[in-house]
Amino acid sequence: MYKFIARRLLSTIPVLVIVAVLVFLLLRLTPGDPAAILAGDAASRDQIAQIRISLGLDKPIIVQFGIWVSHILRGDLGESFYFKIKVTDLIAQRLEPTLALASFTLVIAVLVSVPLGVIAAWRFGGWFDRALMGFSVLGFSIPVFVLAYILIWIVSLKLGWLPVQGYKRIGDGFWPFLRHLILPSITLSVIYIALIARVTRASMIEALGEDYIRTARAKGLPESRVLIAHALANAAVPIVTVIGIGVALLIGGVVVTESVYAIPGLGRLTVDAVLARDFPTIQGVILFFSFVYVVVNLLIDLSYVIFDPRIRY
Amino acid sequence: MISFRRIAVLAAAFAAMGASPGAFAQGKVLRVVPHSNLSILDPIWTTAYMSRNHGYMIYDTLFGTDAKARIKPQMVDTWTMSKDGKTWTFKLRTGLAFHDGAPVTSEDVVASLKRWGRRDALGQQLMTFVEEMETPAPDTFVLKLKEPCGFVLEALGKPSSNVPFIMPKRVAETDPFKQIDDYTGSGPYIFKKDEFKPGDRAVYIKNTKYVPRKEPASGTTGGKRVYVDRVEWNLALRDPQSQVNALAKGEVDILERPAFESYGQLKEIKGVEVFNRDPMGFQYMCRFNALHPPFDKAAVRRAALAAFRQEAFLQAQVGVKEYYHTCPSMFTCNTPYATTAGSEIMAKSNMRKARELLKASGYDGTPVVLMKPTDLAAIQKLPDVAAQLMRQAGFKVDLQAMDWQTLVSRRAKKDPPSQGGWNMFCTAWVAPDIWSPLSNAALDTKGEKASWFGWPDDPKIEQLKAQFARELDLGKRKKLAAEIQAEAFAYGTHAPLGEYINPVALRTGITGLVVGPGDFYWNVKKN
Amino acid sequence: MDADAFSVEAAGVRQHESAWRRLRRNWSVRIGGSVLVLLVAIALAAPLLGTVDPTLFDAGSRDLRPGMTGQITTLDGDTIPHRFLMGSDSFGRDIYSRVIYGARVSLSVGLLVALLALAFGISAGLGAGYLRWLDGVLMRFMDGLMAIPGILVAIALVALWRGSLTTVVIAIAIPEIPRVTRLVRSLVLSIREEPYVEAAVSLGTPTWKIMFGHILPNTIAPLIVQGTYICASAILLESILSFLGVGLPPDIPTWGNIMAEGRVQFNEYPHNVFFPGLFLAVTVLAVNILGDGLRDTLDPKMARRV
Repeated sequence: MYKFIARRLLSTIPVLVIVAVLVFLLLRLTPGDPAAILAGDAASRDQIAQIRISLGLDKPIIVQFGIWVSHILRGDLGESFYFKIKVTDLIAQRLEPTLALASFTLVIAVLVSVPLGVIAAWRFGGWFDRALMGFSVLGFSIPVFVLAYILIWIVSLKLGWLPVQGYKRIGDGFWPFLRHLILPSITLSVIYIALIARVTRASMIEALGEDYIRTARAKGLPESRVLIAHALANAAVPIVTVIGIGVALLIGGVVVTESVYAIPGLGRLTVDAVLARDFPTIQGVILFFSFVYVVVNLLIDLSYVIFDPRIRY
Repeated sequence: MISFRRIAVLAAAFAAMGASPGAFAQGKVLRVVPHSNLSILDPIWTTAYMSRNHGYMIYDTLFGTDAKARIKPQMVDTWTMSKDGKTWTFKLRTGLAFHDGAPVTSEDVVASLKRWGRRDALGQQLMTFVEEMETPAPDTFVLKLKEPCGFVLEALGKPSSNVPFIMPKRVAETDPFKQIDDYTGSGPYIFKKDEFKPGDRAVYIKNTKYVPRKEPASGTTGGKRVYVDRVEWNLALRDPQSQVNALAKGEVDILERPAFESYGQLKEIKGVEVFNRDPMGFQYMCRFNALHPPFDKAAVRRAALAAFRQEAFLQAQVGVKEYYHTCPSMFTCNTPYATTAGSEIMAKSNMRKARELLKASGYDGTPVVLMKPTDLAAIQKLPDVAAQLMRQAGFKVDLQAMDWQTLVSRRAKKDPPSQGGWNMFCTAWVAPDIWSPLSNAALDTKGEKASWFGWPDDPKIEQLKAQFARELDLGKRKKLAAEIQAEAFAYGTHAPLGEYINPVALRTGITGLVVGPGDFYWNVKKN
Repeated sequence: MDADAFSVEAAGVRQHESAWRRLRRNWSVRIGGSVLVLLVAIALAAPLLGTVDPTLFDAGSRDLRPGMTGQITTLDGDTIPHRFLMGSDSFGRDIYSRVIYGARVSLSVGLLVALLALAFGISAGLGAGYLRWLDGVLMRFMDGLMAIPGILVAIALVALWRGSLTTVVIAIAIPEIPRVTRLVRSLVLSIREEPYVEAAVSLGTPTWKIMFGHILPNTIAPLIVQGTYICASAILLESILSFLGVGLPPDIPTWGNIMAEGRVQFNEYPHNVFFPGLFLAVTVLAVNILGDGLRDTLDPKMARRV
């Protein structure tokens, strides 16, 4: 087992290296001169040339990459062109809202989708199953922002239950924090619920067909126990896996949701940085998100050891 | 029972938290949605209007411009001009102090003017007249000029970018091409550096030691009295529909520039009002690049001018009838130098004439590369209208969409359009930036040496402007301004496209908004 | 690492004859397919459906509600009366014409992205699955590419390269490639073990012949299924890019662009978002339903998993 963990840990290194290369190339190979952008609209050619040298943009691309990586390894993502502060500080400032939104969404999604998927599998082929499958396809098909506008219009404007926008830090009090998160999280969780419910249902159907379920039922165990303790426990691996895949989906959703609900998180930062051609910030944020994605999937792989002791490595 | 009690305790705890502990301590908070993001905190380094507005929060100025475009003293108490017009002596009023408690002295003033004079266009012109700036006493400074200059007060009281804000000497000595990092001013608000989160929010608290002038506030002049304890700029709320929703629900107090499409909704919402704080408003213009075909020929530029019906632009872009009007003057209307000279080509614009002019100009079908910004709602429809009108007149148009950042860096390129250059773009100016021939960047006609993009080359305009700068008599200046405009229309420097206002939307409890060419938050009361 | 939940074993070979018949009997395929055929027909026949040039506008006709009549000025300068079936936007452009012409763009984006991602994914997957020396490097590269959230890559690429149909399609397709590659690779690996392939190898059949003659045909069914899902998500992603202001240029009528412009006044004139949103949702829904149906009929083993 420890060997598996060690091997899995080591396998993330090449992935991270390739991510770094891709992120670096993504921006270096695009048109547009970072120096000209940084210099502002009234800069002369000489000033731009000076800035180019100070940024190290005059060096060969391999050297630039080396410098860049050595900075990253020291935890230095450079300074934002547009926001004029360190990218690491910027990410730190924007982390809380995104983290709150993402974890809240995840909690809602899992709490809603897993029971739905279990029930659908239990009543496989019945009306509930059909309805859920219908909903899940629908959930994949509605653009997040349309859903957001509709929810805001109904829940906030017509019913007046929740704020229409904004984010309150958890330090400003728990209730305001929660109130501001509910609507964005629900918006974002729909596609996630659709995805997890589908996978839960599918893996439950498979698990329910196994021999040990028949054995458990034959032993006269209560149906709820059979469903949860036996079937769901055995269907856990694909469910946990799909949550990992969904992290990428979640990051995409965060970008849109934060824009509509005016949440100053990392998603908004990405859009702002891209529109402002803020190269260090774009690189920093993409690198950060990729890192999170790799780590989450690492943790999920490692968690198989817990969820499915039968897996031998 | 125990679990019940525990729930009750928890609920009470939530309720207590819900009361937001900060609310009592903060007092009155004005929550503003500014028109753009605040990223640069040095209003001398950049001309960005957000940075200018930030400057007005925390700095004070020597002179100001009132709501009727008259220059009035602000930090200055009294001043005199010598008979030969070459020595100006200014005395500061008493009670001026920076946020750190230090008094404002003439040395701070001179250092600030010097830095501003390196960056600002009008400041640079003023500095060509200045021989020396002296500080005979802590409350007195003297401008010694080489020759009489007609726009000393106009420059010092300049209401819009770059505004000669007065900073402490240690800050003003920063290299003008580097940004400052010490935000100590002497204005009515103090910047909370520790609460500033770019792209999220900027916070200002009341400067309790600020001594306002006695006169009522008007424009950037008069008593800057502060009636709220804290102003919060919400920099995260950018989606126009979300802005309207937030105002409707009272989650914010003021929207600086609602999208034009939002006014219909805003007028229907109870508890929300629309108020125009800038009666002089903005002027739209489309700019030609005089370096490259087809707009290197005056005849072609004038054919485009003839096609540009201002009403078409204004109706599509602004749409709300009472918020726009056509205006033939390049110096904006209802201002001292407003004139109709030379504007017939546009005022009587019609398609048939445009087609004739274009045919006569020998236009060979070279496509016009027209740059369109996709992320600036206030101007992004202009290029579409221009394209349609020009196509109707017989032009070939290549409408290229890009974000404003890209447009800004591309418009600085003098290369031909095929090599990354351009032929035309459209933009908007606040009236004070263009109401004088000296400050109107579009009338810098020094060819490739011109400071603004498009590089028209017309020595006659430059010569008239030089005369204008030296002229002290208002009547003669007006005449010169009219001549400059007539020549500019004949040359086809740019196309003025009419004027608009972009009123603020605010909660009904908010009163006392100052009228003027900027977004100022003194004098505002919140019930 | 993670795609295993979707990974599949090869579909059987001997189902070809009955596949077409099973397809026609499947309700998901019938519904999804016919809606899609209808949409394609609408897109192709756009000029014949009472539309006007979708870029033409007349500010005098702005913000008309659905069904109202206004006017439109043509490029020749003639002003003609026009009935705005789905209303007009804040330019005074005809939403109906824009939505109909928008179908062309959205459907092309979906189709092109799916084809592009499949083309690259298949080549990479065949290479990785069949050529040992390539496998390690290529799959590590794909792992890296997969670790970068797709939407971020797309946003950055489109914004930095400036939106055009080509850049949007490439930007959306790139993040999809690793998934296809993995799928193809796993299919290749399992098909390689099949007796008839082993037999071919032992008979000395050249590698390329095995790849294209034996292996590729067996990957078609799962790839068609995967392709439809890519198509659906590409159409959706295009609209999200436009919404964020980093999609196709705003003067090109796409459903995303129409909604992005209409959202400013969503509460007052919801028709600007409603009609394109409806078309978008129906299209994506149809493609997804078709995908589900194809999966159920062509690829029963996968159907059991997801």
